[in-house]
Amino acid sequence: MEKFILPEIKDHHQIDVYEQHGGYAALKKAVQMKPDEVIDEVKKSGLRGRGGACFPTGLKWSFMPKGNDKPKYLAVNGDESEPGTFKDRQIFEFNPHLLIEGIIIGCYAMGINAAYIYIRGEYGKWISMVDKALADAYAKGYIGINILGTGFSTNIYTHQGAGAYICGEESALMNSVEGERGYPRIKPPFPAQRGLWGAPTTINNVETMSNIPLIINKGAEWYSKIGVAKHPGPILVGISGHVNNPGVYEIPTGVPLLTLINDPQYGGGVPGGKSIKAVIPGGSSTMILRGENLEGVNMDADSLKAAGSSVGTAGIMVMDEDTDLVRVLARIAHFYHHESCGQCTPCREGTGWLEKMLHRFEHYEARKEDVDMLVNVANQIEGNTVCALGDAAAWPVQSFVKRFREEFEKRVKEKEEINAA
Amino acid sequence: MLSQQNLEKAQALFTRYPEKKAALLPILWIAQGQEGWISQEMMKYVGDLVGVPYAHVLGVVTFYTMFNDKKLGKHHIEVCTNVACLLRGSDKILSAVEKACGTKLGSTSIDGKFTVSEVECMGACGGAPMLAIGQEYHEHLTSEKTEQLLASLK
Repeated sequence: MEKFILPEIKDHHQIDVYEQHGGYAALKKAVQMKPDEVIDEVKKSGLRGRGGACFPTGLKWSFMPKGNDKPKYLAVNGDESEPGTFKDRQIFEFNPHLLIEGIIIGCYAMGINAAYIYIRGEYGKWISMVDKALADAYAKGYIGINILGTGFSTNIYTHQGAGAYICGEESALMNSVEGERGYPRIKPPFPAQRGLWGAPTTINNVETMSNIPLIINKGAEWYSKIGVAKHPGPILVGISGHVNNPGVYEIPTGVPLLTLINDPQYGGGVPGGKSIKAVIPGGSSTMILRGENLEGVNMDADSLKAAGSSVGTAGIMVMDEDTDLVRVLARIAHFYHHESCGQCTPCREGTGWLEKMLHRFEHYEARKEDVDMLVNVANQIEGNTVCALGDAAAWPVQSFVKRFREEFEKRVKEKEEINAA
Repeated sequence: MLSQQNLEKAQALFTRYPEKKAALLPILWIAQGQEGWISQEMMKYVGDLVGVPYAHVLGVVTFYTMFNDKKLGKHHIEVCTNVACLLRGSDKILSAVEKACGTKLGSTSIDGKFTVSEVECMGACGGAPMLAIGQEYHEHLTSEKTEQLLASLK
């Protein structure tokens, strides 16, 4: 398939090269349309957010109040911290102008005059790349005052995070932009009602925004025919773990998971020809799948949902037959405990419990009843917190134990053994 | 205290946001870039600059893992041990780092040259196992490569 998000064109990150290959044509087209027509086009395209929740982008945009009389903001989420996810970094490095063009179009459609690209703190080098691209776009008059002579003005800034997974949660991200600790806010009010500085705000993922120029250029109808109908478009998948060719690949949605893992143009199979024990399909919070159940599972929202997981951020982590899944889950639990912001008791305490219990499993010190207790603790976190981090911590535990219970039962000790020791 | 040049950079940031407080994180980055860490005095100074109490700055600095409220070694070695790196042998990389730096995870070598930290996923899973030194990512590591890399640091 032709690559749209990450085209194989040398120096495509440079503004001249980007323009030579049709860059900023979508912006020129969009400003000839009415803002509502742009939103309608995005709605019709069927684009769904690429940050994990798969929410329809055009619908999200339509929640924003109309008119230019009061401040409104766009926050672009490049926090990208979900373990297994490393796609947005490719856009920052290889196609930053596509992202910028998408953001300007988004601002035009929603009548927004300031956008903040929130990028995780560790990506210092990539923030510099985006800043350079922004400066070039300003110099050419694509951003700033009176863009392309239309009378529309908008500014775009980068905002560097400082090492907090939770800031990928949209309301925590807004607090972080405002100079606060990254504490998620209670919803409602939703960001389109009260977001940054109390003003209506839309938050979109970096990859989502990078799809916008494509939709405007080629039309919603064309776009909606890429991949599967209910979750269309090109999507970046990151393949990591036990594969021969780990990396980021652009695919139309709906490619079979096994093709992505085994085909030489993607993952290239498991090293040593080993069998697949398990796959986490969409970043560490998505539910794990058994290797023998991957037949017929495709990389799109509905297929993965039917398989009992989700597409998440499309970060596929492959685990071969020798993988110690208890250790993997213990590591995931450590992560969520470390990253819990501490606002809600079920998450703050629960993630700690999960980590400690899994430490016991890892070291063959768990009791028989701890297998069910793990799930019990996870169940009490899920749905009982302000944001989805609690759920993200619970889902791996629930799914690992449900689908690989035998791995956990192997690690328990009888009470007598514990007492004797 | 920020240098004159950094102070100007910091003040230029205020134009980006409708409220001064929003410049707190970017200014803390400037402060840390200048000093290598953020002292109590610096937190008070930045608080005054931005117009928030010292307690607020302290809360922010301690919330975000990348802000250092203590001095670090000359080189900060951050080893990712999250799932993708774990699957591809981050244990070995961590051992190699500890050995080469002469210090354990979470501490600074006696000569002050290295601080070794564990980090959560750095978004480089395709290049696992990896570590970062400052802003530089080093991916596709082996024990040997790690040893060579650390030996090359002055």
